[in-house]
Amino acid sequence: MVKTKSKIIQRDAVVVKFVGDSGDGMQLTGTLFSDTAALAGLDLATFPDYPAEIRAPHNTIAGVSGFQVHVGSKKIETTGDQCDVLVAMNPASLKSNLKWAKTGATLIVDENAFDDAALKKSGYTENPLDNGSLSGYNLVKAPITQLTREAVKPLGIDNKSADRSKNMFALGMMYHLFDWDFKSTFDFFEKKFKNKPEVISANKAVLQAGLNYAETMEALSSVFQVSKAKIAPGRYRNITGNIATAWGLLAASERSGRPLFLGSYPITPATEILIELAKHKSLGAKVFQAEDEIAGITSAIGASYTGSMAVTTTSGPGLSLKSEAIGLAVMTELPLVIVNVQRGGPSTGLPTKSEQSDLYQALFGRNGEAPVIVVAASTSANCFYYAYMAAKLAMEHMTPVILLTDGYLGNGSQLFRIPKVADLPAIKPPIAKANDPDYKPYRRDPATLARQWALPGTEGLRHRVGGLEKEDVFGNVSTDPLNHQKMVDLREAKVQKVADFIPEQEITGEKQGDLLVVSWGGTLGPVLEAVEEIQAEGKSVSHAHFNYIMPLPKNTAKIFDSYKKILVCELNSGQFVNYLRMTHPAHQYLQYNKVQGLPFTVSELTKVINQTLEEK
Amino acid sequence: MNNQPNLTIERSSVELTKEDFVSDQMVKWCPGCGAHAILSSVANVFPKIGYRKENFMFVSGIGCSSRFPYYVNTYGIHGIHGRAAAIASGVKIANPHLSVWMATGDGDSMAIGGNHFIHIIRRNIDVNIMLFNNQIYGLTKGQYSPTTPMGSVTKTSPQGTIEHPFNPGELVLGAQGTFFARVIDAVPRLMTEVMFEAAKHDGTSVVEILQNCIIFADKTHDTVTNKEHRDDRTIVLRNGEPMIFGKDKNKGIRLRGTKLEVVTIGENGITEDDILVHDAYQQDPGIHLMLAKMAYPHYPVALGVIRSAMYPTYDDLVEEQISYAKANGKIKCVDDLLNSGDTWVIS
Ligand SMILES: Cc1ncc(C[n+]2csc(CCOP(=O)(O)OP(=O)(O)O)c2C)c(N)n1
Ligand code: SF4
Ligand SMILES: [Mg+2]
Repeated sequence: MVKTKSKIIQRDAVVVKFVGDSGDGMQLTGTLFSDTAALAGLDLATFPDYPAEIRAPHNTIAGVSGFQVHVGSKKIETTGDQCDVLVAMNPASLKSNLKWAKTGATLIVDENAFDDAALKKSGYTENPLDNGSLSGYNLVKAPITQLTREAVKPLGIDNKSADRSKNMFALGMMYHLFDWDFKSTFDFFEKKFKNKPEVISANKAVLQAGLNYAETMEALSSVFQVSKAKIAPGRYRNITGNIATAWGLLAASERSGRPLFLGSYPITPATEILIELAKHKSLGAKVFQAEDEIAGITSAIGASYTGSMAVTTTSGPGLSLKSEAIGLAVMTELPLVIVNVQRGGPSTGLPTKSEQSDLYQALFGRNGEAPVIVVAASTSANCFYYAYMAAKLAMEHMTPVILLTDGYLGNGSQLFRIPKVADLPAIKPPIAKANDPDYKPYRRDPATLARQWALPGTEGLRHRVGGLEKEDVFGNVSTDPLNHQKMVDLREAKVQKVADFIPEQEITGEKQGDLLVVSWGGTLGPVLEAVEEIQAEGKSVSHAHFNYIMPLPKNTAKIFDSYKKILVCELNSGQFVNYLRMTHPAHQYLQYNKVQGLPFTVSELTKVINQTLEEK
Repeated sequence: MNNQPNLTIERSSVELTKEDFVSDQMVKWCPGCGAHAILSSVANVFPKIGYRKENFMFVSGIGCSSRFPYYVNTYGIHGIHGRAAAIASGVKIANPHLSVWMATGDGDSMAIGGNHFIHIIRRNIDVNIMLFNNQIYGLTKGQYSPTTPMGSVTKTSPQGTIEHPFNPGELVLGAQGTFFARVIDAVPRLMTEVMFEAAKHDGTSVVEILQNCIIFADKTHDTVTNKEHRDDRTIVLRNGEPMIFGKDKNKGIRLRGTKLEVVTIGENGITEDDILVHDAYQQDPGIHLMLAKMAYPHYPVALGVIRSAMYPTYDDLVEEQISYAKANGKIKCVDDLLNSGDTWVIS
C-alpha cells in the first residue's frame, strides 16, 4: 500500500467522541486515548456516557456507550459541546450521536457493522453510509471488523475473540490522526494482560494495523497537530470527580488526625466514592456499607460522636432519606460531611444524567430551623479541594456540611496537579481536654461559635447529646421557650460565621461593567468559556462562579452592586437565583435555566449572554 | 466459655459503685413504670462489669424507653426514632474500645427501626441491646405496636388489632442472632444476671425486657409475669441445667419428635433424665428458636439466656482487615495515594 503524505492541521483544541455498543469497549478506548494525550502534554477533560441499562439488547440505541475527550493546547474547561471526530462502531451509536458531531466533522465508522440486522435494530430504514445523508461530513468508512480479524489471523485467533479487539483498531487510527506515540498503550497491554501473552500480541497487532490502515487513507490524509498546553509545572495525573472527592476526604482525615468513617448506601452516580474509599483500609479508612441511606448517615453520626471524621455519600433520592438525620447532626452539633453527587430528579429521575436541582434540598430540606454549610465543587479536579474544605469546615465549626457535586463532575475526568498533603491548609478540630474542669457540652468558642468535641473514653467529659433541644452551655434537655429561641439563633449564627473563614468571591473579568454572569457548582467550564469568548470580542461581561453557597462569601453584595445586569445561569429551574433573591433582595436578577439532564453548551450560553447584553 | 468481659475494653483501675453511673437528671418516667427497675439494674451491673466508666456508651432512639441515656452517667446519644441500632453500629465500628449499650422500645426497634435492628444482628456488631417490650407505643400515648397481642384494643385499634405480632426472639434468631435473652422488669436479680451475660457476649446481644407500661398497656404481660403464677408460666433457662420449672419444680421440657413438650416429672414414668438440658452456647439455633417461641398457655415463657453462640463479630473483622491492610498495603499515607498509578511531570 502506498502511504499518503499527511497534511498538518494546527488546532488549539479537538473534541473526539468514541461511541459503540456496550460491549465494544468504548470506555477503555477513551481512557487510553486520553492517557496518551496527557503524556503528549495536552490539557484535557473527559466524560463517559454510559447506557442506563446494564445489558441493553445488542446493537440498540439503548445499548450505546460513549466516551468524549476534549484535548487541547489551551486550557480545557469543558468536555466540548460537539465533536470534531466521531468514532462510531455500529449504526445505533452513529444514529444517536450524529447530533453531537460538528458539521464537517470526521466520522470514522466500522462499515462491516452496518449490516441489515444492525441497521434495522437501530431504526435506520436505509444504510446512511450509502445514501448520501452524511455528505456534510468527512466520512471514513473503514472495514474495521474485517481488518481486525485479518490482523490476528496469523496469531491463530478466531473471529469471535478477534472482534473483542476492534476498538484497538479504531484507537490505532486515532493515533495516526493525532500523530501520537502509542508506547503508553502498549505498556498498558503488557501490564493489564500480564498472564495472557496472546492477548497482548493480538491487541498490539490490531492497534498497529489500525494505525497503518489510517496512514493509507485519503480521507485521513490530514492529521491534527495540537501543541503542548501551557500547564503549570508539577506532577500530574488524570482524575475523576468521584475519585478526587474520595481522596480529598482521605487527605482531610490524615491532616486532621481524625480517622475516616464512611457510612453509605450505593446509588448512581455516587457509588464510586464508596468503592474508592473501601480500597483504602491501609490508610485506616473504615467503610460501612449500610442497609440504607438512613443507616449510612446515622452510623456516621455515631462515629462522629466518637471522634471520627464522619462522612456519608449519596445522590438526590438518598439525600431525601437522610433529611431527618441531618437535623440530628445539626442539633447535636457534630461534624459530618454529606456528599451529594446530584443527578436528574425528582424521584428516581434520570440516574445517569446530571442536574443542579438539589440545591433547595441541600439548603432547606429539613424540619425545623436547621441551617447547614453548603459547598459546591466546580471541576472534576477541584472535587479534591472542596471535599477537603467541607471536612475542614465540618470539624472546625462542629456542624454538618453538604458538599454538592454532580454526575458530570463525578464521572468526568481532568488533569489534576498533585498537591502535597503538608501544603494543604491545617485542620484543627476543637477537641476537649481530659478532666477540663470548665468543660460544658454546649460551651462555645466565641470566634466560631463551635462547641467542643469531647470524645468517649476521655476522663472527666462524660456527657449526652441528642435530638431534643438542649439548654445553652450545659446541654441538658430543655423546653424553655427563650432557650429554644437562643439555640436556634446560635446555630444559625454559627453557620453564618463561617463567612469569616472562607475566601472572598472572585471575579473573572472587569470589577464592574454591563453584565455579571453568575453560576455555581458543576457548570464552571461552559459558563467560563462562554464568558471568555465574549470578553475576547471586547464586550463588558464578567463572571462570578460560586463554590461557597451557605454562607455566601462576604463580598457578594458588593460585587452585585458593580454591574448593570446580573444573569444567573444554572441547570435547574432557578434555585440559586431564588436563593440570591432571598439573601440579596436589593438586586435584580435575570436567569437562564435548563433542566434536560444535559450540561450547558458554550454556544447556547454565548447566545444568551449576547442577547442579555443587547436587551435594553 | 470465657468468663471475661471484652478484653479490648480498658478495665477500671478503681472499684466503681452504683453512684458512678447515676446521672444528675430528673427521671421523668411515670411512677410505677417498669423502666425504673431497668435503670436501677443497669446502675447495679455496670460497676460489676469492670470497665472504666468512660468506656461505657449508651445509644437510643425515640420513645419512653429511649430517654434512658439521659438517666445514666455515661457518654450517650439520644438519637432519632428507629435509628439507634445504626447509630450504635457506627459508634462501635469507629471505636471498638467502647462498651456500647442500646435502649430501645418495641416500636423503635421493630416498626420504624426494623431494618436496622435485623441488620445489626445479622452483622453481629458487639452492641448490647436492651429491648423494652411494653407491647405499646408509650411516648405517643397508647397506639398498638408490632408486639401488641392480636385483638388488643388500643387508641388506634378500637375494635382490636388485626395484625400478627412479632415475637422478638423469633425475629432475632431469624436474623441469625448470636445472643438472645428474656427477662421481666419486676425480677431485678435475673435482669442483672442476664445483663452481665450480655456484656460478656462478643457480638450483638438482645435482651428482651417484658416491661410494664402502667399507663397505656398496664398488665400486658400479667398473665405470664404475675407473681401468683409466674413460676408455673415461665421457665428460667440456665446453661447446663435441666429445663425444670413450676412452683413445685416438677415440670419440665422434653423433646418429643420435632417438638418441645411440657411434662410432669413422676407422671407417666417421666424422670429428670427425660428433661432437656439447656445448651445456650450451641451454634445450631434450632432448639433456641423453639424455646424463644414458647408461649403461654401451651408452654411456659422462656426467661434467661436462651442463646449465646460464638461467632466472629463485624467490629473485630473490621479491625482485622484494617491491620492486615496497614501491614501489607503499599499505600501508607495520602501522598503515596496521590502519586500512585499513572502520573507524569510537566516542567
Ligand atoms: C420520625 C418519627 N416518627 C414518629 C415519631 C413519634 N414517636 C415517638 S416514640 C414513638 C413510638 C414509641 O414506641 P416504642 O418504641 O415502643 O417506645 P416506648 O415509648 O413504648 O418506650 C413514636 C411513634 C417520631 N418521634 N419520629
Ligand atoms: S407512658 Fe408507659 S412506658 Fe412511658 S413512662 Fe409512662 S408508664 Fe412508662
Ligand atoms: Mg413500647
